[in-house]
Amino acid sequence: MSNLEDLYREVILDHYRTPRNKGELPPPATCTEGTNPLCGDEIKIFLNVADGIVQDVRFSGHGCSISQASASMMTAIVKGKSLADVRAVARRFKQLMTIEEDDGTTPTDIRLGDIEALQGVVKYPVRIKCAVLGWNTLLEGLNSAES
Amino acid sequence: MSLDVAAIRREFPMLAKHINGKPVHYLDSANSSHKPNCVIDAMSTFMREAYAPIGRSSYTLAAEASAAYEAARTKVAKFINARSSCEVVFTKNATESLNLVAQSWGRANLGKGDAILLTHMEHHANIVPWQMLAKENGFEIRWVPLTKDFQLDLSSLDQLLRGVKAFSFTSMSNVLGTINPTRELCAAAHAAGAIAIVDGCQSVPHMATDVQAMGADMLAFSSHKMCGPTGVGVLWAREELLEAMPPFLGGGGMISEVSLDGFTYAELPHKFEAGTPPIAEVIGLGAAVDFLNGIGMSEVRRHEIELTNYAYNALTKRYGDDITIHGPTNPELRGATFSFAFRDVHPHDVSQVLDQHNVCVRAGHHCAKPLMRLIGANATARASMYLYSNEADVDALVEALGDVSSIF
Repeated sequence: MSNLEDLYREVILDHYRTPRNKGELPPPATCTEGTNPLCGDEIKIFLNVADGIVQDVRFSGHGCSISQASASMMTAIVKGKSLADVRAVARRFKQLMTIEEDDGTTPTDIRLGDIEALQGVVKYPVRIKCAVLGWNTLLEGLNSAES
Repeated sequence: MSLDVAAIRREFPMLAKHINGKPVHYLDSANSSHKPNCVIDAMSTFMREAYAPIGRSSYTLAAEASAAYEAARTKVAKFINARSSCEVVFTKNATESLNLVAQSWGRANLGKGDAILLTHMEHHANIVPWQMLAKENGFEIRWVPLTKDFQLDLSSLDQLLRGVKAFSFTSMSNVLGTINPTRELCAAAHAAGAIAIVDGCQSVPHMATDVQAMGADMLAFSSHKMCGPTGVGVLWAREELLEAMPPFLGGGGMISEVSLDGFTYAELPHKFEAGTPPIAEVIGLGAAVDFLNGIGMSEVRRHEIELTNYAYNALTKRYGDDITIHGPTNPELRGATFSFAFRDVHPHDVSQVLDQHNVCVRAGHHCAKPLMRLIGANATARASMYLYSNEADVDALVEALGDVSSIF
């Protein structure tokens, strides 16, 4: 059981049971869809970007505890941040998930807070894609919000 | 008489495997089965002592290898009671078999104004090849819906079949376990003037198959789900149909004559076997057929009905409304494949916790997304059993689900 406790930490289960920022935003917010074709998970990220700042963010869809908790924690941390900061946080998260190398360009003062609880996922490689689904969809959304 | 499962299990080296000092409970046989020693040995002996290319060279080794390959074809033909072994075509897998049917028979016979009939419980392998062709040739695809108790809804079958040229359906759902009335469906297709194509992937490994009694025109199945190796699939079709169908893949082995102006193709079944086939794998499949015949397919089926009954009772007794099993409740009407929802826990989380107990189930959409939408789930967890599965495997599943309950 010790291994599973690493994966299913209390803070993760808390975000899964009571997700933050779950729901939708009306236009002009952008809506970006992401899917995980292997497991059928689907997510939508709604973004309100103005003056280079994420003014509001919501997510909807369904997926496993890891994908839902990760998306919930993500929305909590990126709200109110500048686009550059959001991208840096996303990069830091992907480094935590070991799918991106730390090339030294990510500011060292970025803190992931609760999100670090997802570190246990790295021991279960098939679940990494669950954890990053929301983040990749968010990054796509940022690109369309900017263009 | 029940199967001697303990003796059968000793023939499967993978079933003796331990992870973290604990036994593994393999409940993913609908996905792929484990292999008995006789299959592994047949393949390795062939590669160590008798390997040679087939069908081309005339030296002794090549002739013997060709004979071994063709002997395996004869075994497969007898296993499904085909009229002739020339009706058995070896492919890469059942998916390729169904693509062969769509690209060869379908391309020659389906165009604007035509229609085919599929069902809502098909695997993607019996959907996508038809959709690919329909995009080019512009024919209609119709669907047999499901009843509330996860059977095919045949109330409008005659109407759906009107004007249809082919009815292609699974003999057993890989998600629900539902066993379809194959014989009746073939007869209905014929009465409407359509050919009957059967996806036998889930039924051929688990019960006796008689293509003549079934009345099918074509049957596709895979070696790796019936104790054989990966890399081989089978397409059986009536000789007249195969004769009339154009070749699928072109190349060596499938020709009779080639000139700069064109080619003529080889006799059946070689017409459909372009290139060097998976020789050792076909020989392995032949050994798997011998193994299954040695046990008896009706014994296999009886064992799986008993185990299905045991699993159904164990799961529902312990978990009641917390578990929803998608599929018929009568074990006579279903195979030993259980897709289930456990409370509102996501199937990936279910399978993750079960894996901690070495209980191997599949979580996902099982390559049947249209069916998943009907069930109202994006994914399910699926436990599937075979002739080597036993009550201890079921007990381990039931126990491990208790852990899912306590975490979520």
